[in-house]
Amino acid sequence: MRRTALFDRHVAAGARLVEFAGWEMPVQYEGVRAEHMSVREHVGMFDVSHMGEIETSGPQALELLQRLISNDLSKVPIGGAQYGLLCREDGGVLDDLFTYRLAADRWLTVTNAANHARDLEWWHAHAGELHEARVDDRIDEYAMLAVQGPRARGLVQEISDAPLPPRMTAATLRLAGSEMLVCGTGYTGEDGVELLLSPADAPALWDELARRGATPAGLAARDTLRLEACYHLYGNDLCTERGPIEAGLGWCCAEDTGFIGSGAVRAVREAGPEEKLVAFAIDGAGIARQGNPIAGGGVVTSGTLSPCLGIGVGLAYVPAERAAVGTRLEIDVRGKMRPALVREKPFYRRPEPLAA
Amino acid sequence: MADASYPDELLYHPEHDWARIDPEGPDPAHPEATLGITWYAQDALGEVVFFEAPAVGTLLVQGAPYAEVESVKAVSDVVAPLSGEVVAVNDALADSPQLINEDSYGEGWLVRIALSDPAERDGLLDAEAYSATLGG
Repeated sequence: MRRTALFDRHVAAGARLVEFAGWEMPVQYEGVRAEHMSVREHVGMFDVSHMGEIETSGPQALELLQRLISNDLSKVPIGGAQYGLLCREDGGVLDDLFTYRLAADRWLTVTNAANHARDLEWWHAHAGELHEARVDDRIDEYAMLAVQGPRARGLVQEISDAPLPPRMTAATLRLAGSEMLVCGTGYTGEDGVELLLSPADAPALWDELARRGATPAGLAARDTLRLEACYHLYGNDLCTERGPIEAGLGWCCAEDTGFIGSGAVRAVREAGPEEKLVAFAIDGAGIARQGNPIAGGGVVTSGTLSPCLGIGVGLAYVPAERAAVGTRLEIDVRGKMRPALVREKPFYRRPEPLAA
Repeated sequence: MADASYPDELLYHPEHDWARIDPEGPDPAHPEATLGITWYAQDALGEVVFFEAPAVGTLLVQGAPYAEVESVKAVSDVVAPLSGEVVAVNDALADSPQLINEDSYGEGWLVRIALSDPAERDGLLDAEAYSATLGG
């Protein structure tokens, strides 16, 4: 199993460690609820160094990325960031990823840990005829920390040599003496930054953030936070058997770029999807989990207790005609039928709008 | 919740359940026992958010699941360490399931049963033997 540069810090902090996509990762420290609320109310920090990085560069880099990624990267300025999907020809989703434009012809794409090797192969397979596009695996060159919460920017700003990049942009800055890529992105529904840096510099940065009051938070809290914000998790809510339109991700598909799978995506968009990903909340007690079937068709793909709402919430694929907000569902939770309601996304929205 | 503990006066099932047999129950031929999950079980689960008790009168069978205890991240079957009929359930857990974490051998008890086969206790582990199953 691989360990991140922060492994010793996790052990020292009393983390419970689990295997995740071949990495030994902290799933929780003090407890998922306390960590969740630290991120909602103050500031939490996550070691997400298991995530992969692929650098695409050269005069044909954009051409390659436009073929691979569903969104229109030509709209991303230098220093910008964009979310998109990697699709197969049939529209099935291979990964969801953020791409940062580091320079005119240099891009960095962050992959999901479990998909990194497959993504890299896909990149290489399609780079074949584009001789002026270079593809490099950067997974060993980067540790990644997410600092998230209403106090995250303030805290990180204190140790930065320059103003932090606004949301959905990235900049190379010096933090606590080390140079790193600071990105105004996250996966919690809170404001904050994600930091990509040399693994050798990660422990000192972690210590500095901890000294200034950031609470270590594990993968369990990362999951409850993203689910309250209704962000998709690959392997749960996204998979090769379903497409972007079904997942509600048509907004990050620009079929006109001709990306791989654009024909299939266009066809589903025009005909309307047979099923849709909805957010649901259970009435009363009970927590639905991934794989729980829904009466009349459909399946839960993510489910947990929402620490902020105190009820079981989740995401599920249901037949399109039963996807409207307010529709009643019956979910088979290990043999017990639990009533649930299709709710508006997200379950949680941070109280103050951001000055982007 | 903070530190592992396995009280000497309890009997343990390897599926991480404990039983406290009451020597002075109302009927000496059918002693009663209080059941719960061990420190190890609650620690592995994390914060318990939901426990649905079986109804009074439910018959438990040693080694078979009789309830589910659920944490934020996972759900786990609770296995009966002994056979018997449920005579009481811990109603406090409906509103305060975290008692299972905070006091797994006390306020966090799950059910009380009238034993149908008191001799089954011979198949359970003492604290030392149970601790040994947990490894280092």
